Amino acid sequence: MEEFQVIDHCLMVKLPKEVDHHQAGYYCQKADAFLFQPEVNHVVFDFEDTEFMDSSGIGIIMGRYKKIAPLGGKVYAINVGKQVKRILDLSGMSKLLEVL
Amino acid sequence: MNGKMENEMELLFDAISYNEGLARVAVAAFVSNLNPTLEELADVKTAVSEAVTNAIIHGYGNVEGYAGKGRPVQKPADGKKPGKVRMLCKLERGVLKVLIEDRGKGIVNVGKAMEPLFTTRPDLERSGMGFAFMEAFMDDLQVESAPGVGTIVRMQKKMTNDPWIEVAQ
Repeated sequence: MEEFQVIDHCLMVKLPKEVDHHQAGYYCQKADAFLFQPEVNHVVFDFEDTEFMDSSGIGIIMGRYKKIAPLGGKVYAINVGKQVKRILDLSGMSKLLEVL
Repeated sequence: MNGKMENEMELLFDAISYNEGLARVAVAAFVSNLNPTLEELADVKTAVSEAVTNAIIHGYGNVEGYAGKGRPVQKPADGKKPGKVRMLCKLERGVLKVLIEDRGKGIVNVGKAMEPLFTTRPDLERSGMGFAFMEAFMDDLQVESAPGVGTIVRMQKKMTNDPWIEVAQ
């Protein structure tokens, strides 16, 4: 699967194996370029390949949430593993996004 | 036997974002003979990742991450050297002690910096959760810093150290 795909008004972002500051900048910039497109209403973060995430990942999600929530958009997280779930819970992010 | 094992490792590396992964893998390998649980391993890796990222971004101001696929930007813009991060790991009686030191700009108000959601770099979309995660994932966290001198983060965590197989005596 492509890292960035628009399916049915949702921007699908496939995150890498390790989500840290080293990777974060690339995903923030690339995702924002898609969010400017009028047909994108929601964001889905796919954690299928992700084995590790630190607070930089929270930055990616929070930044996208701030951009899309005022326009009525929603942020989803799918294929969330154990380590990522703990990070999302601890940071309170699981209240802002829908973990499917 | 593993529980009594003592070991020490010192690592000195450039303060560039690529080395966040290096530090995580190094500490994971260092504790692996204690046979930690997956959760403990994830905890230690997350805490180390946070501390090293702090040293790189905030200590030395090397904010550049991976600029694009296969094209990491690793040179500070003004041609300066990136600086070094020192990581010292110790195993003593099943307790992992990690020290992460930078000679960067230091923290003016450590108490403020440790508050959850506080960040000096919202422009970089930092979440301000770094110290909160270190505190949550380790048993003990101490931060020592002086502006213009650098920062030392000390963390420790007791590893459960279950044997692989029960050996009959």
